[in-house]
This record gives sequence, C-alpha cells and structure tokens, in this order.
Amino acid sequence: MTDYLDNVSSEWFDQRLSTTMVVVIAAFVLLIARLLFLQVIEGRELRRLSEINSIRLKTVAAPRGLIFDSHDRLMADNRPSYDVSIIVKDAGSLLETISKLSRYAGIDESELLDRLEKAKGTRAYKPVLLKSDVSRDELAAIEVNRWDLPGIVVNVSPRRDYIYTPSSAHILGYMGEIGVKELKNKRFSDCKTGDYIGKYGIERSREHWLRGKRGGQQVEVKATGQVARVLNTVDAVPGHNIILSIDLSLQQKAEQLLGEKAGAAVAVDPSTGRILAMVSTPSYDQNSFISGMSHKEWNALVSDPMHPLENKAIQAEYPPASTYKIIAAAAGLEEGVIDENSSFFCPGFLKFGNRTYRCWKKWGHGEVNIVKALSESCDVYFYKVGQELGVDRLAWYARAFGLGSPTGVDLDHEAGGLIPTAQWKKKRVGVSWQKGETLSIVIGQGFNLATPLQMAMVVAAVGNGGTRYQPTIVKTIRTADGKTVYESVPKIVGKLPISKKNLSIVRNGLFKAVNDRHGTAWRSRLDGVAMCGKTGTAQVVGRREDDEDGERIKDHAWFLAYAPEDNPSIAVAVFVEHGEHGSTTAAPIAAEMIRFHLSGGQPGKAPSHNVRHLETVQGD
Amino acid sequence: MFDRRLLQCFDWGLLVLTLAIGTSGLVALYSAVSAGAVEPDLTLFRKQLIWYACSFIIMIFCFLFDYKQFERFANAIYIASLGALTAVLFFGKYVGGSRRWLQLGPFSLQPSEMTKVAIIIVLARYYAKLINTEGLTLRDLMVPVFLTALPFALIVRQPDLGTAMVIALIAGAITFFVKIERRAFVWLVTTFAMLVPSVWFFLRGYQKQRILTFFNPDRDPLGAGYHIIQSKIAIGSGMLTGKGFLKGTQNALSFLPEQHTDFIFSVLCEEWGFVGGMTVIVLFLLIIALGLSIAGRCRDPFGTILSVGVTAMIAWQVFINIGMVMGLLPVVGVTLPFVSYGGSSILTMMIGIGLLMNVSMRRFKFE
Repeated sequence: MTDYLDNVSSEWFDQRLSTTMVVVIAAFVLLIARLLFLQVIEGRELRRLSEINSIRLKTVAAPRGLIFDSHDRLMADNRPSYDVSIIVKDAGSLLETISKLSRYAGIDESELLDRLEKAKGTRAYKPVLLKSDVSRDELAAIEVNRWDLPGIVVNVSPRRDYIYTPSSAHILGYMGEIGVKELKNKRFSDCKTGDYIGKYGIERSREHWLRGKRGGQQVEVKATGQVARVLNTVDAVPGHNIILSIDLSLQQKAEQLLGEKAGAAVAVDPSTGRILAMVSTPSYDQNSFISGMSHKEWNALVSDPMHPLENKAIQAEYPPASTYKIIAAAAGLEEGVIDENSSFFCPGFLKFGNRTYRCWKKWGHGEVNIVKALSESCDVYFYKVGQELGVDRLAWYARAFGLGSPTGVDLDHEAGGLIPTAQWKKKRVGVSWQKGETLSIVIGQGFNLATPLQMAMVVAAVGNGGTRYQPTIVKTIRTADGKTVYESVPKIVGKLPISKKNLSIVRNGLFKAVNDRHGTAWRSRLDGVAMCGKTGTAQVVGRREDDEDGERIKDHAWFLAYAPEDNPSIAVAVFVEHGEHGSTTAAPIAAEMIRFHLSGGQPGKAPSHNVRHLETVQGD
Repeated sequence: MFDRRLLQCFDWGLLVLTLAIGTSGLVALYSAVSAGAVEPDLTLFRKQLIWYACSFIIMIFCFLFDYKQFERFANAIYIASLGALTAVLFFGKYVGGSRRWLQLGPFSLQPSEMTKVAIIIVLARYYAKLINTEGLTLRDLMVPVFLTALPFALIVRQPDLGTAMVIALIAGAITFFVKIERRAFVWLVTTFAMLVPSVWFFLRGYQKQRILTFFNPDRDPLGAGYHIIQSKIAIGSGMLTGKGFLKGTQNALSFLPEQHTDFIFSVLCEEWGFVGGMTVIVLFLLIIALGLSIAGRCRDPFGTILSVGVTAMIAWQVFINIGMVMGLLPVVGVTLPFVSYGGSSILTMMIGIGLLMNVSMRRFKFE
C-alpha cells in the first residue's frame, strides 16, 4: 500500500515525534530526580519521621453558639468536657493499661472493655474513646498517674450546658450524637461520627447557625506523644450566638404557675408576634441527653403519659372549646347573622332536631346579646349563630384567624390543628355533615383542634386591632464577636376579616368576661389594668363512661387574654390538661403572667379578690 | 478475511509492558487496602481484578476491527460521551460533594474518564484532514477549542477540576503536536494571558480560596497540605530498597489520603523504595516511547494523531499524579494509569492501549 500522507511527509512527523520524546524524557528525568532526592538524600530523615509518626493532625472542636433570652441572660452555655481515649498501638499491654486506668480513676473496668470491644474494627492507631466527660476527681487521678498509663490520652472538648434546665427545655431543645442517616445528608457534610448535633427545639431548627467550624493543628509530637511544636493552625470558628425573644423571668414565672400540671402557656407581644414565653409542662432535664441517658431513663421519658418530651404549645392539638366563640362571634357579626342588638333567650338548653343541646349554665342566661354571650360564654346564643352560619362559613373565618394550618413559628414539629368543613368530613370520615354537628363546632368542640400557640395568635390579633403577625422566637443572631447577622422583623401574615366596629363589639365581650362581675373570668381580674380574655373548657371525650378514673376524665381548661385593653403589650394563651374549668385553673395563671409582665417582674401581692368572689361563677 | 499479517504485527511488547505495570499496581493496591487492619478487607482488590478482566476484554475488542471505524464514528462517540456527562449532572450519585459517577447496576462509571478517549478520537479525526507543515491557523483552531470546551465545562460543573484539566492538557498536547501557525500561537498566548485575570475577577470568594488552595496546598494545612507532608514522608521513608511488602507504616497509619487511588504511588514507594518507584517510572516511560514509535510507524494522519493522543493521556496523568504525590505539583484528583484503584480509570487506560495496539498491528498496510 502507499503512503496515506499527502500534506506532510513521514520525515516531518518523525521529527515532531522525536521532539515530543525529548520533552517527555525531560519531564520524567525531573520525576526521577525528585524521587532520588526524597528517597536517597532526604530518605534517612523522612524514615525517622515516619518511624515516630511524629506529624499528626489534632482537631479542635468549635464552641457551639450560645443562646440568650431577650435580656441577654445566658440560657445555653458550653463547658469543658474531658474525654479519655486510648491509642491501642501506644498502650503497651492493653489489658494491663485498662485495668490500671480502672484502678486509678475508679471507673468500672467492664465499661471500658465494652467500649474497646465495640471499637475493635477500627485501626489500631486511632484513639478509641473510653469514657467521655469524666469527673474532676477521675481526671485528677488520671493526670497524676499519666506516666503509668501509656497510650491514654485526655482531650478537652466543649459540651453543652443548659443553665436553667428543665426550664425552657422545649424551646432550647437538646442535643444528641449524629446519626448514620444525618451523616449522609449534605447539610451535615462537615460533621463526623460522634459529633453532637441539635435534635430538638432551637438547637435543631437553628443547628446550621449554632454549629461552628471545626479547626485543627498540624503538630509534631515527641516519641512519648506530647506535642513538641505546632506546625500549622487553623482556628476553629465558633458558632453564632442566638438571642431569643423569650423573657426568661416570665418564662420561669409561667413554669412555676403551671407547676406539676400538664399543660402549656404561650405569651406573645401582640404588636410584633414575638414570643415572650412558651411553656410546656411537664419538662425534662436536657443535660441528661448530653451526658448519656440509660435506656431505662429514655423509656421512662418516652412512655410517660404526660408526654414530657412534647412541646405542647406547638405540637399538641386540643379542641379550642369556648375560646373559639371569639371567632364564631366575629363570623356571625360580619356575615350579618347577628348584630350588636340581636338577642336571644337562653333557657339553659336548645332543642335541635330530636336532641337537646345544653348550655353550661343549667338554669340559663335569660336574655342574652352578643357581648353578654361572650362575657358569660352562653352556649345557646352561639348554637343559634352556628345554625345560621353553617359549618363552612365558620371554617372560612377560623382559617382567616390562622387556625387549621401551622403558624410558621421558627421551631420544628409544629402541628397545624384542624378546622373541619362539610367536604372534609365527607372525604375523611365518609359520612355527610350533620347539621347538629355545627352546634358542637361553633362552641369549639367536635372535630375542631388548635394548638395553644395558634390560640395565642388569635387573641393577639384581636388585641392589637386585627393584624395577624407571624410568631417568632429567634430575635437576633450574632457572630461570636458580636456582629449582628440576623434581626427578626415583625412579619404581617394577614388581617382579620372583621370591621373595626364588629371587632370592638367582640373586644367589649372579652373585656366584660374579666371586668364584669358576671363575666366568666371575673375572679382573675387585675388591679389597675384592664385585662380582656376568654375562658374555655374542652370536653374530654369519654367523660361519662369512666367516671371512676379521677384525673383522666376531667375537662381541659383554656384561657386566652390580652392586656392592657388598648394597645396591649402582651397576649397570653394558657392551656391546662384536665384543669376542669378555664376560669378556675387557666385564668389565674394567665392573669398572673400578665400582671408579672406589666409590672416589670415584680413579685405579686396576695391575690386577695380571688378569695372574695368565690360565689358566682363556676366555670363556663 | 483474516489477514495473517495482523497477527504477525501484533504488538507483544506493549502487552507485556501493560501487564507488568498492571501487576505492580495490583501489588500496591493489595498493600493499600490491607493497611493497618488485622484482617485485610479485600473487597476493593477483588473489584479491581474484575475491572481488569472486563477491561482486558474490551481492550481486545478495541483492536479487532480497523481503527478507521473509530474515525467514522468519531462524532457519535463524542456526542454519546457528552450525553453521559450531562446525565451525570442530573442523575449522578453524590459522593463527597460532587457528582461524578453514574450508577449502572452494581458498578458505577465515571463518564469523565471515558470522555478523554472520545476527545482524542474526535480531535484526531478533525486534525487528520487539516494537518500541514505550515501549522494550524486561528480559524482552524475554533472547532477544536469548542469541542474541548464543551466536555471541559460539563466536567467542571461536577465539579472535577483534575479530570477537566487533564482533558484540556490532552487536547493541548495533540494540538501542539499537529503544529500551530506562529501568528495563531502568539494570538493564543495573549488571549489566554488576558483571559485568566478577567476570569479571576468574576470568581466568588470561596471559589478563589479553592483555587488558591489547589495551587498551594499549604493554605490548607489540615487537608491537602497535611496530605502532601505525609505523602512525602511515606515516599522518602522507603529509602533505597523500601520497607518491604505490607511493611509500610505511613500507609498502615492511614496517614495517606485516598491511599488506594490518587496516592497509591506513595504506598508503592514506601514499601518498594527507590528501586520500586524507579521501575514503575521507567515502565511508564517505555510505554510512552512505544506509543510514540507506534505513532511514527503509522503512515496515516488519523492513526498517528490517535496514537499521540493516547500516549499524551498516559504521559500527562503519570506526570501529574507522581509529581503531585512527591509535592512537585498541586494536589489534583488525577489517577495513576493502570495502578490507581478505579474501574473507570482502568477501563479508559485499557481502551487506550487497545487503540495503540490497533494502530500498531495495522502498520503493515503502509509497508
């Protein structure tokens, strides 16, 4: 065959190929020279370095961001934790070292051997954690006998410390070791096995801000393992500090008021939506999550019927009961079903179909108008409003007040509650809506469900004149050296669909509920400041069937309030599980929270009038 | 049909060299995976063996028919590789913050590796028609620049800076081999010199940081900087004759990052010393020399440029990888051909060898 090349000759190619070969050889000579330099000229020194494997990397944990209340009171701090590890290769006789460690420090030997067993698969040159967070005494014993404990290393790392735990435990949350699933997540790409991350509350929802950036040091160590010199350092970057809108004193006051009872209390600033207090009882010890909890302790927490791990203020959904009448009243007035002057006669019951619907007041309220219906919480009046409105129109208003969907507060796991409609029931239950059910709905029973935070936002909007704010709990985020990187601004999410005039009628009803001697919350009124509020008593299903079980069958108590009447600076929702009556258990707590807040944290006087007026009202 | 001369011209030397280097790679890989463990986990080693077996079959397939077929289907091959690179961006699996792998049943492939061969074939086809003693003009260069820029951009998106750079270097080597006109050359150099600072201007802070670290590992003392120190200690501590098979301590301490992929040469040098390292380098040099001589004996521009391209691919990767582990070059994710662990890398290199053999055994057509 002939030569394929027509443009160029093979000599031309050969010449270019030779040049290429020369370049390649030159490059490879460079490689060989370098290899020669490393292995022959520097070989001895590098061999020495490799034998004592003297250059090591030490990681430096980043301190987690601190959490403060709105008055800059530290709530979540970091403290040093001393972790004891062993480097198997350096340990000499492994079992002997372990038994000596156990003897010196008084740590259970089987516990140490367990840890060692678990880490068997890992390489012999990596430190194996034997015991984290040893006590001062144990640490001292180890340090004194260091010479006799080859391969034992003690590392200091920052640990979370919740100063006021169990106070505010549901807001701050807790931390736990990172799981396998999370490690695969891109969000945790800078984490390693054994790292602690936020698992609940602010710790979880603001994990990204709170977690700092790990630093490290390149060090040269002596044969004994001590650092001879630091070659290079990358500083750890501490996490961001978070300032909450919570007022710690109010928070603690509310916790103390709820005491042993299961329940929730939420206080917000009606003009901004900032949460001033968010309490859920009973609480739990956050620090026990960090120092390691036994299975028994954990199971006890999880199976506790009072659900201590749940933040009832946002996660628990309850029937709003009579507090829902605020919405029913607004809907009735706006839709023209009733007006300021409409009045009905309440004989203590309403016959509807073949059933009798009772008012809570057996002997009836007599002639009732809308203001009286709210202040004395007349069921019969609202039955009539509900009949006229129908379930779907009512549901529209409930949604416009923010019920039926999460408020969007900056905490995870928020529940949305439930506002039933005819269509919803058909779809979910499979049965058509019964007219009579509307009568349960209109007084906040039946399928209705709302969280305490949602109800607090309802009363806050009523209190501030009809503006709905997004509730927020994080006020400011700052870098460790104090530079503000985030500042929450009040965010309006809607307006109540109610005219000024009608809103003032509703507000008047809430005013009278507290400040009229026939009002359901008269006993909880405050001296010198006009508090407005609405009581609620949520029927617990199955009440009649198992009467013998004392605590479980009592009704739930609600109280919503704001104060002062004009331009309120605080709105509160209090919920007490099985508290029986809103007026007797929930209202006093809310009243005291408001008084405490308005007085700037002054200790309360003896609630004298509460005692004087025991006679009239018995719940609602 | 079958021409006996095909068998007579079969390049046994290239096969022996390839097998020799492959074997030394497997020995080093065995050391790397059994590092420091009491019972070595040989999963990776077995996987590598399977990859070698598969790649060997594909290599044979690559020289069964005339390489002219590659010239015919060059565009199809190129477009297919672009398709695979696009697919990776959407369906690739995330590993350590980048998307480089396509999952195909139990195996995962790195389309960016295969793209190296595709770009060699498509450029060889293009230049084969234009080649002349005057050199390429600026106008001639527009198409190849575009052909290279497309896969380059797709690979940078993954992101895989190392592979993208190797593709650009291979394309550059082929182009320089074909010869560029003096005027075009001056133009190229000046535009490049102006382009680099302006690109720098548009980069964001963290991207600048990444690039600075890329060129100067000391900026990242806990990452690349530390790895280079440990790698140098590993290589140096091997001294003249090495510490012996499975006796490497740097490796055992898992001080070396990616000891079975990018840093495998350090493992090899620690255990086999200067003798071992030198042997491997010389073996590579012989393969490269053989590749260039195959290019020389071929009297067809396509075959010649194809051989030069494959040889350039091997040469660049050897130079960058070994230069990197010895601290001569920045830390880039470039594998050592035939030695590093990785199916896609092995497959690509064996395809390359198959192409060289193809060109080599059909040289009789010009005699």
